[in-house]
This record gives sequence, C-alpha cells and structure tokens, in this order.
Amino acid sequence: MSEDKAVAMNNGNPVMEKIRGFIKSFGWPRLIIALFLISLFIAAPIVGVNFGSSLSNTLMRFGMNSVLVLAMVPMIHSGCGLNFGLPLGIIAGLLGATLSIESGFTGVPSFLMAMLYATPFAVLLGYGYGVLLNKVKGGEMMIATYVGFSSVSFMCLMWLLLPYKSPTMVWGFEGKGLRTTISVDGFYKGVLSDFLKIDIGHLSIPTGMILFFAILAFVMWAFLHTKTGTAMTAVGSNPTFAKAGGINVDKIRILSVVMSTWLGAIGILVYEQAFGFIQLYMSPFNMALPAVSAILIGGASVNKASIPNVIIGTFLFQGIVTMTPSVMNSIIHTDMSEVIRIIVSNGMILYALTRKTEATR
Amino acid sequence: MTKIKSTESFGKKLLKLVKNNPVPLMFVIICVICIPLSGYSAGYLIGEIITRIARNSFLIISLLIPIMAGMGLNFGMTLGAMAGEIGLILVSDWKVVGIPGVVLAMIISIPISVLLGWFCGKILNLAKGREMVTSYIISYFISGVYQLIVLYAMGPIIPIKHSSLVLPRGYGIRNTVNLLSMRQCLDNLLAIRIGSVRIPVVPFLIIAVLCFIVVWFKKTKLGQDMRAVGQDMEVARAAGIKVEETRIMSIIISTVLAGFGMVIYLQNMGTLNTYNSHTQIGMFCIAALLVGGASVDKASIGNVFLGVILFHLMFIVAPKAGMNLIGQAQLGEYFRVFVSYAVITVALVMYESKKRRANSLTGLKLAEDQEVAK
Repeated sequence: MSEDKAVAMNNGNPVMEKIRGFIKSFGWPRLIIALFLISLFIAAPIVGVNFGSSLSNTLMRFGMNSVLVLAMVPMIHSGCGLNFGLPLGIIAGLLGATLSIESGFTGVPSFLMAMLYATPFAVLLGYGYGVLLNKVKGGEMMIATYVGFSSVSFMCLMWLLLPYKSPTMVWGFEGKGLRTTISVDGFYKGVLSDFLKIDIGHLSIPTGMILFFAILAFVMWAFLHTKTGTAMTAVGSNPTFAKAGGINVDKIRILSVVMSTWLGAIGILVYEQAFGFIQLYMSPFNMALPAVSAILIGGASVNKASIPNVIIGTFLFQGIVTMTPSVMNSIIHTDMSEVIRIIVSNGMILYALTRKTEATR
Repeated sequence: MTKIKSTESFGKKLLKLVKNNPVPLMFVIICVICIPLSGYSAGYLIGEIITRIARNSFLIISLLIPIMAGMGLNFGMTLGAMAGEIGLILVSDWKVVGIPGVVLAMIISIPISVLLGWFCGKILNLAKGREMVTSYIISYFISGVYQLIVLYAMGPIIPIKHSSLVLPRGYGIRNTVNLLSMRQCLDNLLAIRIGSVRIPVVPFLIIAVLCFIVVWFKKTKLGQDMRAVGQDMEVARAAGIKVEETRIMSIIISTVLAGFGMVIYLQNMGTLNTYNSHTQIGMFCIAALLVGGASVDKASIGNVFLGVILFHLMFIVAPKAGMNLIGQAQLGEYFRVFVSYAVITVALVMYESKKRRANSLTGLKLAEDQEVAK
C-alpha cells in the first residue's frame, strides 16, 4: 500500500518511477549483492579463473546448503521469525549420523539409517523447542539464538561422555570420546552428490543432491498449500485472526518448529555426505547465520518466505562465498573473502531486522 | 507491606528468596560443590577473584545504562571493546608505555566508541522491540568491519611503523599484540599486598568512582529521562522527552564505557588477541551480570559484583573439578561454556514469559473493567 502511495506521489519520469519501484520492492541490499555476484562472474574469465569449475563449485555448495536454508521456511511461515536455533536441528542430525556409523551400516543404507535415527531426536527436540518458543512469543529470535548455543555447548559435554565405541569415531589414544571431525568415507560419502553426476569438461553437476533438495522443496511447497499449510501461513500473518478462525495457534507453531528442526537435521546430513566429514563439538555453533542470511538475500523477510527465496538466496550467497576468494585472489592477491562474507551476511540480517514494515507484527 | 513481611515465617521467607533469585542460588550450589573437588586453596581463590573483579567489573558496569533505558542487554558492548583494542594497537605502535599509554589508548577509543555507539543506537531505534537480537547481529557485523580495518587497512592506509606488530606479509596486525610495556601498570600502581594476595588499589578506585557516577547519573535529568523511556516509550514521548535521542545517548555511553573497560581488561591480561579478544567478552559480561541476579529490565551495581564473584569462581574451579572428577580438563572447559549460555537462555526465557504474563494480565484487567463499565 505504501508503495502505491510513493508511486502516486512521484510525478517524475515514468521509467525512473518503475526502476525506483522495482528497487524498493527488491530491496537495495539484494540488488547490490546480485550485481556484485554478476560482476564476479564477468570478471572471472578475464582474470583467468575457470568459469566452468567455479560454476560447478557454486552448484556443489548450493546442493550442500540448500536444505539447511529450506529449514528456515516453516518457522518463518508460522511467525516464529528467523530460526537462529538451527543448531538444535543440526544436533539431531549429528546424533543420527553418529548412531548410524556406530551401528555399523555402510554405503547408502548408512545414510538412510542416519536420517531414520535423526528423526525421533529432531521431533523430540523440536517439540520441546516449540513449546519453549510458545512461552516467549515476540522474543523468539533472541531465545532461539541462545537455545542453539546452549544446546551446542551441552552436546560438547555429551560427545565426550556418551559411550560410543566405533573405532572410526572415538579418539584412538583414549578409546573414548568422539573426535572433532569424523570421516564419512566408506559410510555415506557422496551418496547424493555422486549420484547421477553429470560431467561436461570442467563443469560438473551434482544432480542427485540437487534432485534431493528439489523433492524436499516440492514437498514443502505442496505442504504449504494443504489445509494445515494454509493454517500455518494464517498463524504467521495474523495470530489473533487465526485464533478467531478456530485454528489452534500453539499447535501449529509447534508443528512448524518440529518441521524446521527436522529439516535442519536432514540438511546437515546432506552437507556431510558432500563435505566428507562429520564435524562435532563447536562447529554447529555458527551454522545458523549463513542459512539465515541466505534466505534473506533470496528475498525473504522476517515473516515471509517462499521456496524461490530459498533457491535464489542459496545460489547468490554460495555464489559469493565461492567466487570471492578465487576472483579476489587473482585481482589483488589477497583473500578478503572471509571478511566480505561476514559483512555481507550480517549486513543482510541487520537490514531485514530493521525494516519498518516487519517490525509491527 | 513491611509488617506483613515480618510476620511471615522463616520458611516462607526462604522460599521467596529462592523464588526471586534462582540463578545466583544455583551458582552458589555449583561453586560449593566444585570448590572442594578442585582442591584449590582459599588464598589462591581469593587472590584470583580479586584480580578478576578488578579486571571485569568496569566492562560489566557498562551494561547497566542501556538496561535502565529499557533496551535490554547490550550485546553491542563488543563495539566498545573493539574501539579499545584499536586504541591499544595504535598506542603500542607509537611506543607510549606505562600509564600514559593506557590513558592515551582510552582517549583514542572515545571518538571511535562514540561513532560506533551512535551507529548502533540509530539502528536499534529502527528495530524497537527486538533490540537484543539486533545488537547481537550488529556486534557480528562490526566485527567484520573491524577485521577489514585491522587486517587490511592497517599498514597501507593507517600507518603502522613497527614491523613487530605487522604480519609477515607486510600489512595487517599480527594475531597477538604484546602489551608488555603496559602490562598490569594500573594494577601494580599503589598495590597493597596482604599475605600472598595482591590488591590492585587503582583499578578498584576507578571502579568505585564509576559506581558513584552511575548512581549519580540515575538522578540527573538525562538519567531520569532514560528511566522514563525504559518504563514506557509513548508516555515518555508525551511528556516531551526526545525518546530516540535518549536511547542513542544510552548506547553511546555504554559503548564508551565498554571501550575503557576493555583497555583496563587488556592491560591486566598483558596480551591482545587481535581477532578473538572481543568476540567472547560480550557473552561473558552478560552472563556474569545475569548470574548476579540481574534481569533484562532490571540490574544494579550489586548484581555486577555478586555476578563477577560467582561467575568467575565457577570459571576458575570448573576445569580443575572436571579434571579431578573424570580426568578430563576439557569436560570442565565445556561445562563452563555451557553454563554461561544456559544462564543467559534461562534469564531471557524468564524475562519474556514474565512479560507475556504481565501483558495478558493487563488485558484481562482491561476486559474486566470494560465488563464493569457495561
């Protein structure tokens, strides 16, 4: 509505108006990021970076991270805000992964068993997390952040104490306590990323992994169009109205949190099978921020997100992460990618948090 | 009110004490269990605690003013810490030693802190009602900018003369900056020794002065305005208080104090971890304040000192206790990190659920009044 007003008030050049309207709806930070990525792709061949291999790198990272970004969607839809508590889902995934290896599965079954083992943990943890978030409506994001942090640090204790036995996972010297990184080679390394892989010269497309994401994304899309899914959107856009319409708000919110947590668990398994390692202890700690900023870059806001947001956002974000080091290195012989990543991702989150229209929920 | 209290039985009073101060009491219990397990002597513990009070209190006190202005726990205090670090880097390059160096570092930090505080306050005004999560993200964002400056701009743009500070590649500051020339110069000035315990008089004096300033500040016009804004923004605005400016002011003051606090902290430590020192400082200070019994909307100087003592007592004894109990120091290490996060989580949950309950109570009351009016 405010946009219409702004356009109506503006009596200048119609083309300029249109551009201005477009920038306003798209958001200038997204525009800058998109232009930045495009210029990186243009600069890549000029400075001698192989276009094909950088594109396949981007696709690989897209496949690795997209499910984690998809995990943001249900909670944003139900009005729980950005899921800074993603580490909780990741922990469920890590439990599934380690249990699957512990019980001696190898190859493709180990991945399926990891998913199976992770599910009850994700449901249980997600349920508790959802109940907690219902108690703190309005302050979800801060609590979510700290739920993530405290669960990660709690699990640090658990990884040391839980009676895992598998020699591939525990410290060789002491025979107890899990290692910080565990190789999934021989277990489920590449079950998705090497499945139906297409190689054309330097370009390789991890079809299986992208297909897996596509299936999950389609299911999510279909879910959001079912009755429960529409109820979820209603709860997110106006809880009072939804309550008056006979929807059990608290229950729907818990469902969305459980879904987010489960997707987080599956997301980390997809990440691991491509990365080749399970990372324990403090590593899930900062995994929420990249996922959050990716979906925001894709055009989502604190209370609105769609599947295209996930796809565009993950591609843009991972594109920047992969392209900056190689291109920057060739231009100025300095790797500034880490710093750029920090500034871009947190700047994006800041922008989303400070938008006026989103503050009045 | 007081009469009713005095007639209450001792048991009820105790229950009330437990109910009102669950977090500090939990910490007392943890410490009581861990101290014998750690096997440290009382003298050692007292000495350590005194050092840590002198080292950390100033930083924690910087959190009090935004709480007064109703802006919650200022995770953006990290910004001040970064300003202090920049001050120290420059001073150690200019080879200003001892107390003049410390003072100069503080002076350099002021303009940077004011600028960062102003930026932080401006952004927080855009995100009313979610100040904490926003200030938390700001601290990450500015940390990126800080890295950009210290890692890339120091050398080519900001001149750094001494190669001992600069990375071998020719620009950017090394991971650790040695502050040997300033190490504990404030602490050792006029220090008194009682047995094996050294009492750093000067930092304590500075902290005492700051406490008086905070108490005095609450009574000034600006302080009163802040409290009014913290109570209810709309009412304050109706009363003619410039709400936005007052909020920005509170963040600026907090950031400047945090900058000073960081200089005091680092002169005690003696080394500056250029890229890590500030990252944890916000979390530990906030956890300590909450352990002292503060909440998101209410904190006093008493909370600061109780918090420092309890939190750091746990911090000292936990690794050793873990070592003696299970044979792994790492366990205690993780335990204390877990406890710091858990404390913040519990405090935030309690605050939010209390706020919600209060809101629904006022709603019910309003409905009741309307019923009566009908």
